[in-house]
Amino acid sequence: MATAGNKAIIDIRNLHKYFGSVQALRGVNLTVERGKVVVIVGPSGSGKSTLLRCINHLEVETEGEVWVDGKRLNEKNKDINSIRAEIGMVFQLFNLFPHLTVLDNIILAQRVVRGRSKDEAAQVAREQLKRVGIPEKADSFPGQLSGGQQQRVAIARALAMNPKIMLFDEPTSALDPEMIKEVLDVMLALAKEGMTMVCVTHEMGFARAAADEVIFMDNGLIVEMGSPADVFNNPKEERTKLFLSQILAH
Amino acid sequence: MTHSSDIEPIPPDAPLAAKVHKRSLQERIDEFPWWMGGVFVIAVGAFYLVTTQASFGEALNFIRIGIGITITTTLYAYSIALVLGLIAGLGRISRNVVIRNLATLYIELVRGIPILVLIFYIALVAVPDSLGIFKTLGAWLDSIGLDFIGGPLASINNDAIPLNVRAIIALSVTYGAFLAEIFRAGIQSIGQGQMEAARSLGMSYAQAMRYVILPQAIRNVLPALGNDFVAMVKDSSLVSVLAVRDITQVARLYAGRTFRFREAYTILAILYLGMTLILSVLVRVLERRLHGNSRK
Ligand SMILES: Nc1ncnc2c1ncn2[C@@H]1O[C@H](COP(=O)(O)OP(=O)(O)O)[C@@H](O)[C@H]1O
Ligand SMILES: [Mg+2]
Repeated sequence: MATAGNKAIIDIRNLHKYFGSVQALRGVNLTVERGKVVVIVGPSGSGKSTLLRCINHLEVETEGEVWVDGKRLNEKNKDINSIRAEIGMVFQLFNLFPHLTVLDNIILAQRVVRGRSKDEAAQVAREQLKRVGIPEKADSFPGQLSGGQQQRVAIARALAMNPKIMLFDEPTSALDPEMIKEVLDVMLALAKEGMTMVCVTHEMGFARAAADEVIFMDNGLIVEMGSPADVFNNPKEERTKLFLSQILAH
Repeated sequence: MTHSSDIEPIPPDAPLAAKVHKRSLQERIDEFPWWMGGVFVIAVGAFYLVTTQASFGEALNFIRIGIGITITTTLYAYSIALVLGLIAGLGRISRNVVIRNLATLYIELVRGIPILVLIFYIALVAVPDSLGIFKTLGAWLDSIGLDFIGGPLASINNDAIPLNVRAIIALSVTYGAFLAEIFRAGIQSIGQGQMEAARSLGMSYAQAMRYVILPQAIRNVLPALGNDFVAMVKDSSLVSVLAVRDITQVARLYAGRTFRFREAYTILAILYLGMTLILSVLVRVLERRLHGNSRK
């Protein structure tokens, strides 16, 4: 693997992760440079979510090192909360806070973590809601929104923290087909603005349009990586070919 | 509406009017809360007794003096139990082995001992022993020159904590363990995704608990907390064994002095029944409200 230059904002070295006896990651090396968009594809259970969750320490590595923005993540790290504040994460099932309004969902961490005033946080929240295209939903509760709208609120909630990195874990796979585009459009705009993004998604169109690099994972390892054109049009590994033929077939 | 199982299924495309199910006479008879009629009869009977029979009126006049103590004891003990329960409930799910096991020990000890025995033990053994420890500590602090803390501690005497306060301590410690399990269940009913989302935004575990998990968890367990409050109103009668003058104790005194057992205990039972029925209705109203405007 290439050595991490100064521009590397994520640097993962020889990452292993066990869940009991299950080996979810078996030695992953990956560097992501500032401003790059990386798309991770691979069959279910191949370790994509685990890799993503190691980047903000929702999972703690069994072996190896994870460096984010020049800081090593580890169990004893007192800074973990401040590091996480720089890393936005968007989940498959949105995970909005159901007891808070949309606006308060976006305000909460700004106040509690960033220490912003109520007015400032509310202003940022409204800007972000505008950015994801649903300013009129500020006073709704999450349960009153469609899946696509909820996911856009989740993106706005993460963006309001002004993160340096955004992680997406299958953000559209729980959505009805007609809502996928509205979420991908937001992600695409974000990529164009230069946000560093690591996205687990099987949306080929998005990957081709936004990704600088596509990574194919299987069985806890990175099997192949390259530009979208390389990986999608000329896969070198048999496993990649098989996987692509399966997802393109359906 | 638990009787829907014997209702014929309505096809999904039936006209709307057909879906408004007309309840048959039989169903109405089945579902009517007849037991409330019984309660009504008891209430009328009690009113009749108290107003027409001088001995019952007299008993009521005497025993109702204890209502204030019963209510304040319950309110204080329940408030403290809420705090203890929240702490122990959080302790039960802590990742810290020591904290988790201490919380479990507390809950298991309390659950393994009858409430009556606990009340005797806490009020007459645990509280004096703790005072003894404080006194020794105070004397020691005094001897090493920290007399500004040591002095007051050492001068505590065994009567410093009156029996009604000990009764409150005993009830709170007991109910704290019950409420801990309610809080724990409530917290665990909130999906892991909520904690992960909060942590991924940079919140600490404590912040995530306070702003994200607990507001949802407590809302879910409010009916259970209400039920335990009603249960505590009844269990507060046990503090009469410490000679605390709650309605049970006052009724016992009255019965012992006048030998009017029938009057004393009838009035006592009706007073408890009245309090618990009113509270149960309030809990149900609360429950219905929560269901009514629950936004998922
Ligand atoms: N919390 C967990 N406990 C136990 N096993 C887990 C856990 N999370 C993931 N795994 C296992 O780790 C492997 C990789 O999972 P995951 O990273 O979720 O894969 P993917 O996101 O690619 O579908 C799977 O075998 C999965 O069952
Ligand atoms: Mg996954």
